Amino acid sequence: MKKILTGNEAVARGAYEAGVVFASAYPGTPSTEILENIGLYKEIIAEWAPNEKVALESVIGASIAGGRSLASMKHVGVNVAADPLFTFAYTGVTAGSVLISADEPGMHSSQNEQDNRNYAKFAKIAMMEPSNSQEAKDMIIDAYDISEKYDTPLLYRMTTRVCHSKSIVELGEREEKELIPYEKNFSKYVAVPAIGRQLRHKVEKRLIALAEYSEQTKWNKIINNKSNIGIISSGIAFEYSKEAFGKEADYLKLGFTNPLPKNLISKFCDDHEKVYIIEENDPYIEEFVKNMGKKCFGKDIFPYTGEMTPDVIKRAVLHENMDILQPNMDLVVNRPPTFCSGCPHRGFFYELGKKRKKIIVAGDIGCYSLAVGEPYNLMDWLICMGAAFSSGHGAQSVIDRNPNDDRRLVSIMGDSTFFHTGINSLINTVYNNGKTINVILDNRITGMTGQQDNPGSGYKLQGEENTPLDIEAIVKAIGIKHVRKINPNDLKIVKETINWALELNEASVIITDWPCVLKKKYKNEDIEQYTNAWKTKDKVLEDKCVGCKACLRSGCPSLVFNPETKKMSIDETTCVGCDVCLQICPYDAIVKDEKYV
Amino acid sequence: MFKNVKLVGVGGQGTILSTKILTQALLNAGYDVKMSEIHGMSQRGGSVSSDIRFGENISSPVVVKGSADYLVAFEQMEAVRYLDYVKKDGILIVNDLKIHSMLTQAGKTKYPEDIIDYLKEREHTYIYDATEKAKTLGNQKVLNIILLGVLVKAMKLEKLPIIEAIEDLVKPQFIEINKKAFKLGLSMFG
Ligand SMILES: Cc1ncc(C[n+]2csc(CCOP(=O)(O)OP(=O)(O)O)c2C)c(N)n1
Repeated sequence: MKKILTGNEAVARGAYEAGVVFASAYPGTPSTEILENIGLYKEIIAEWAPNEKVALESVIGASIAGGRSLASMKHVGVNVAADPLFTFAYTGVTAGSVLISADEPGMHSSQNEQDNRNYAKFAKIAMMEPSNSQEAKDMIIDAYDISEKYDTPLLYRMTTRVCHSKSIVELGEREEKELIPYEKNFSKYVAVPAIGRQLRHKVEKRLIALAEYSEQTKWNKIINNKSNIGIISSGIAFEYSKEAFGKEADYLKLGFTNPLPKNLISKFCDDHEKVYIIEENDPYIEEFVKNMGKKCFGKDIFPYTGEMTPDVIKRAVLHENMDILQPNMDLVVNRPPTFCSGCPHRGFFYELGKKRKKIIVAGDIGCYSLAVGEPYNLMDWLICMGAAFSSGHGAQSVIDRNPNDDRRLVSIMGDSTFFHTGINSLINTVYNNGKTINVILDNRITGMTGQQDNPGSGYKLQGEENTPLDIEAIVKAIGIKHVRKINPNDLKIVKETINWALELNEASVIITDWPCVLKKKYKNEDIEQYTNAWKTKDKVLEDKCVGCKACLRSGCPSLVFNPETKKMSIDETTCVGCDVCLQICPYDAIVKDEKYV
Repeated sequence: MFKNVKLVGVGGQGTILSTKILTQALLNAGYDVKMSEIHGMSQRGGSVSSDIRFGENISSPVVVKGSADYLVAFEQMEAVRYLDYVKKDGILIVNDLKIHSMLTQAGKTKYPEDIIDYLKEREHTYIYDATEKAKTLGNQKVLNIILLGVLVKAMKLEKLPIIEAIEDLVKPQFIEINKKAFKLGLSMFG
């Protein structure tokens, strides 16, 4: 059967066909939909882990115990999972194990552009790179055989355009694999130094065997068009190259990319007058080619950043510029993403903004990162997930050494980020007698990446109910003495609570407790707790509105100012009645719309 | 031979559903199709775009600047933002609708005037008020499928099995209104 699938849907299908039994991930663009799709197959146990390290470790356990396993994550997630990865590289697998890394050339939704192919080389493990959805499905089936045959975890490197673009896929059937019975094997799995020293040799021997495989696999192939121009490429860059050159060039298409096929590449270079290495992000293939002493064009002519789309290739190689319209950019205003109507982060940032001069805000990664923009402008830095509490602590320690600076650090992260690595950071603050104000914006979901369940949401990935983690209890158990849990849509309470925390000379935690407007699943307890959530609407009383626009400081996209009447109105289709603007209005011109009460 | 189509708009306007329906219909009609979208911020009022390429043996899934045979903008300002993607003689379809950005709404800058006049100067440009038309059908949200109808007619591909794709991909309670919206769109182009 043929279907049109995204790369993420296709790779999930491939994992299913390969007989995978256990998969774990932490969400992150562009990888998130891989596990969401794997979760649809009831033959596979699919789980969200609180972070990528935990995801990979569960997957390692599953592999050791004899079941084919898969972990997936965005590129920066592999940094978090790097510690187990490097030892897994030594122990190897029982049943096949694949780590999918979804890289982001062009940084569409990420903080950096790291090239995770370097991880495969660094950890000395096998690597494959699909170019389209059909390959995403087919290659991963082979990936499991390679992993088992060569006793190696395999890094499966995808990129945004492979993950998120759709192309046609011919589906196959699932091949159920017998579990490999677990037998104790200390000298393989217990990586103490004495055993590590032995495994070190195994790793090196494995690389030699894999290099032989790389020379003869069908995934590394030459496409001969009888040209004297040769292009070496991998991943989506191969599709772009084909688009740019068509039959005007020969191609060495690399799908198995660690170790690279030395002889194949060497001969391909010798057979062509001009060789171009077309790859996104780092000069990974290029450096290998140049190390062999072969001449080629690479980053000397191609940009070091961004996507290597056909136009970019043509510009670099053929100096061909497309005839492009130049729009009048005076007619374009930026459209930064904003908090949704009814977003529970809004009320908190609105009130915090009033303390702007007294505070420094250590930010983190989630929807609340959008508070860096209009109208809040409330974030001094953002580093990586979980860093708000720890970086805030470090900063406060230094600010406090300056007798002329009495600003307080407010560190802010979401529930998913707290579970990810924020808990560790908070322990550090307590242990070291820190004094920061730590805010957990608990919207009961992992919002930014598209509302995935998490340990606090009450549901597992495949829909099963569980006991949500009690953030307040955890925070208290860690040793925070001053904890308040509040409704962020009640501005009076938000204000009082911020003032309370600013007065304290010890670390405090504020938990804002209200669900994301896009959270879909609620338990009965939740419905009782969040009475009437999103069921009402607010409206403007025209005769009372003076057009002062104070409400716009809430940053709500449902508020519309009419320049002709100089009055506000509220978009009835999008308003969900959170009442934040209603509380801000100094003229009582915003009220509950009685139609919806 | 292949054609390049780009749909642009603001998160929440339904560009993704239109793209899905068109892609599915092209597949069922036997074309090779590739589709690519950047939708990271789609739910948060950011600008969104999706690319469809179809024909025979399509390699790259992305539509690059200067190469779109058809550009459909669900919102005025987005039409200008992505104008450099449409070929000089490509067809531009614009929904005459203004959606504020956080910056214009907060009064930091003004929503630009005269966009429609500026766009009208360009040949092969077609401007419709799909939002109004959608309201006449009783649901503003179907403006996306009206615009899809306009596009399909502009591409002269009225025979594409779009209705079947709508039946496949749209929630049951919305199928009828979306079919109507599609037919209305077909009748509007020209
Ligand atoms: C190491 C790492 N993993 C994953 C991501 C992707 N990511 C960005 S924001 C986010 C979710 C944040 O959720 P939460 O803290 O609950 O905040 P919300 O978006 O719900 O406000 C994730 C998973 C990342 N940036 N870094």
